[in-house]
Amino acid sequence: MVFRKRRLALASVAAAAATALVAGCASGTGGSSSGASGDTLTLWTHNAGNSAELDVVKKIIKDFNESQDTYTVELQSFPQADYNNSVVAAASARKLPCLLDVDGPNVANWAWGGYLAPIDVTGSEVPVEDQLASTVGTYKDQLYSFGFYDVSLAFFARKSVLDEHGIRIPTMDKPWTRSEFDTALAELKKSGEFDYPLEMGTGGSGEWWPYAYSPQLQSFGGDLIDRNGYKAASGILDGKESVEWGNWFRSLVTKGYMAKKSGADPNKDFLAGKSAIQWDGSWNAAKNAGKLGDDLAIIPPVDFGNGPKIGGSSWQWAMSSTCSNKDGAQEWLKFSRQTKYFVDYAQATSTIPATDAAAQQIADYQPGGMFEELVQFAREYATVRPVTPAYPYISTEFQKAAQDILAGADPEDALGQAAKNIDNNLKTNNNYAG
Amino acid sequence: MTTRTAAPERLRPVRRTRTTNTRRRESLTALGMATPAVVLLIVFLVVPVALAFALAFTDARLISPTPARFVGLRNFTRLFEDPVFYKSLRNTAYFAAVVVPLQAGLALVLALLVNAKVRGVNFFRTVYFLPVVTSMVVVSLLWTFLYRKDGLVNHVISTLTLGHFQGPDWLGDPATAMPAIILMSVWQGVGFHMIIWLAGLQTIPAELYEAAEIDGATPWHRFCHVTWPGLRATRTFVLVTITIAAFSLFTQIRVMTQGGPLDSTTTVVYQAVRTGYDQQQTAYAAAISLIFFVLVLTVSLVQRFLTREKD
Amino acid sequence: MTSLLKRLSGHAGRVVLALVFALPLLFMLVSSFKPDDQIFGDLGSLRAFLPVGTLSLDNYTDMFERVPAARFLLNSVLISSVTVVLGIIVNSLAAFALSRMRWPGRKLVLTVIIATLIVPFETFALPLVWWVNQLPLLRVNGFHLAWTTGWMDTYQVQVLPFVANAFSIFFFHQFFQSIPKELDEAAIMDGAGWFTIYRRIVMPLSGPAVATVAILTFLPAWNSYLWPLMVVQSEELRPVMVGISYFFQLNVGWGQIMAYSSMITVPILALFVAFQRSFVNSIASTGVKG
Repeated sequence: MVFRKRRLALASVAAAAATALVAGCASGTGGSSSGASGDTLTLWTHNAGNSAELDVVKKIIKDFNESQDTYTVELQSFPQADYNNSVVAAASARKLPCLLDVDGPNVANWAWGGYLAPIDVTGSEVPVEDQLASTVGTYKDQLYSFGFYDVSLAFFARKSVLDEHGIRIPTMDKPWTRSEFDTALAELKKSGEFDYPLEMGTGGSGEWWPYAYSPQLQSFGGDLIDRNGYKAASGILDGKESVEWGNWFRSLVTKGYMAKKSGADPNKDFLAGKSAIQWDGSWNAAKNAGKLGDDLAIIPPVDFGNGPKIGGSSWQWAMSSTCSNKDGAQEWLKFSRQTKYFVDYAQATSTIPATDAAAQQIADYQPGGMFEELVQFAREYATVRPVTPAYPYISTEFQKAAQDILAGADPEDALGQAAKNIDNNLKTNNNYAG
Repeated sequence: MTTRTAAPERLRPVRRTRTTNTRRRESLTALGMATPAVVLLIVFLVVPVALAFALAFTDARLISPTPARFVGLRNFTRLFEDPVFYKSLRNTAYFAAVVVPLQAGLALVLALLVNAKVRGVNFFRTVYFLPVVTSMVVVSLLWTFLYRKDGLVNHVISTLTLGHFQGPDWLGDPATAMPAIILMSVWQGVGFHMIIWLAGLQTIPAELYEAAEIDGATPWHRFCHVTWPGLRATRTFVLVTITIAAFSLFTQIRVMTQGGPLDSTTTVVYQAVRTGYDQQQTAYAAAISLIFFVLVLTVSLVQRFLTREKD
Repeated sequence: MTSLLKRLSGHAGRVVLALVFALPLLFMLVSSFKPDDQIFGDLGSLRAFLPVGTLSLDNYTDMFERVPAARFLLNSVLISSVTVVLGIIVNSLAAFALSRMRWPGRKLVLTVIIATLIVPFETFALPLVWWVNQLPLLRVNGFHLAWTTGWMDTYQVQVLPFVANAFSIFFFHQFFQSIPKELDEAAIMDGAGWFTIYRRIVMPLSGPAVATVAILTFLPAWNSYLWPLMVVQSEELRPVMVGISYFFQLNVGWGQIMAYSSMITVPILALFVAFQRSFVNSIASTGVKG
């Protein structure tokens, strides 16, 4: 009996040892606790798998590390799909890095939630005032983040196709009106050349929906929330103008102008001639121009009554509130604000540089350049998504409402339910005071 | 089987002679053996789940500047007024009601097919198991392609019916979205339960079949009187695990439909994740999870009660 | 004559079913050698399943450039195999105690363990993140051992929470119950202890169960995605499934996704084929004769 007991004890010890062995495999990297160990700072970016942008980040870090002897910045990249979950998990464990990037519309939420600390970048080469407004993240009059670029949406089409169907190619001075746009779509549909003449990327998911379609809602005169105090969505998101947008949006599907759900790669479909007009990002402008050359028309957004609108604000850089070396973090932020890096970002990612000085160094963005209009769109039409900690919630509700509308829900009901849910959310959270 | 029923009679005297001392030793040894698993389950499951459930009675948010406060049953009263919650419940029940018998039955058929001693049976086992080893995320992506209006499924349908029937946009139509997901889920999971049945089938002693053969039993009789009773323990396992997995339907929905179109595929777990992570309402999501837990526990207990057999 | 017919129809059924199960994955494998344009072009016809058109290994080379795939594979192999080995030991021990030994409270413990199956992981992932970060950790620092707090960013945080598994315990429990109890009694008469019975009698008879549980533990470990995203910050420690979301950036490379998916599926298939043999062998070795 004693003998057998000893065996069991041995087995337990073996199990414990195995456990300890695994424990011993603990990573040696460490150091990420509270974002810095001494003067070594950790930086997170959402660019894993996106080498174009990641390489620019790496270059800035390398330059910074070589430019001085005090601080060292270390990079960790995450896949974008669940970047926010990675950040939230780290925050709950109080393990946020010192430096991190954040999608523009989330800045207010993360600042309110205490993830981010206000930053001071005075004395850097590029003053904040020189930037496009949509590339600067402020909350409660404090600066929390800035981006190197913005993107703009536009309609892309083939001039030859529009000419063939007698459709005017609009300019910024005279954009399409709603009725002109609808007539154009009807004409294209009638031709029978396209199953769906309009491609707006309805197969997308997540933030794409409010980013791509809520500016159209705003052009109709509606909005996601009453921007005066951000205390109510009812009467705005389900107001007359918003419902009007909903009816129009739905009609695109019922009239067969647009697919209820786009294919896996809408841009590829457009370039293959499956659709005539594509609502897409400036990031595909270079690809389109390369394929279509002079035939490519870059068209401003439709004026549905309240002027053409596009969404503003993309990824931006910020500092965490738990950063144990805020001086170092701000040094890096300041260092990065050099015109050459604004240029690098724009060139590497085909985005719109956040400053004029940078735009002037890129041939295509200069006056007369191939993509000058895209810069103008970003400057003239960009509307930021509501700057409120409630935004992530608003975004999900709008997504669902818009998707339901395309699937056949009554626009008034869908938007009404969304407005009601947002109001409830604001109420239970005391309007995100604090 | 015969040995089973005879055993207790034969062993009773042996048991009676055991002293309380041996009993105590048996208990202690058993505890020692169970301890590693139990401790790990407590640390990594019971504690965090208890924490999660406790959140259901607070106003905790995913991101918030203020600590969570106790709010009583507020989340639950809100939940019972939420129309999406009822839709989620209905869809979940619908999915489980179809998937449980379909998958269990089909898996058993497959297991019987590949339990035969024929050439190439290993090959078939492997092929049927293929979808199981492919991650659900990948499988969902693949089928999203196949289910498109101009996708392969419709192409096959149109070819088989000589062009008389054009399939719908499977995932875009509220009427077909859930059936499409059911079909894919069974396709993905059935190989796994085939293996479970197979493991069960192989515990049935070959002599029982031989004896049945000698008695001149038909295959159906053999199944009813040898196979089916021999799978008793396996049956419970298959039933309980498919039921629980079916109720937890989530990944497919997340990748393929995000609950749409028009809430036709939203499920309880999908709703919990959407409200908890995307909408940052941690406490509300916790309330959903707690209700879900109670419901599924009830179903499982009823199931266990119904399938229980006299020992 | 009829038996031949029967056998043929049985085979026909097996073949048709095999097609149904294999085709979507064949699509994945075949697409991994095609350029994106062709994948979409072939989508509406049987060409989707055939290696026709322009075929190359480009997707594979591109994929390795985009993701540190080798490192991720290595990590997953390590994480999954340690989880499987520890899981088999820990869970079979517990199941043995629950199914073959008599002690007060075992019914209750089993019920509670089955109940834990019900809670989907997603719903308590966040509290678990917080919780594992409170746990003590023994770190090796050169030749020193030092206690610190927090398990974030380690291998063990990807292993230990998934070692004890209610599914496995339940499965072993059900399986052990079908092994005649007389074997234990006879062994005890011969003076064997419970641990000997476990090791020498029950486990050797449980080949199919061990194989099943190995697969059962391996699959979720191999496919884990949300958890490593939340608790692992260093790229060097990430497992394979996280890699797949590297491709869902601005320019989605569908061909690369197919290549990556094919690559991460092959090792598990190999594992299955290996373990699958132990089912077959177990028939011969079964000593269950009553």
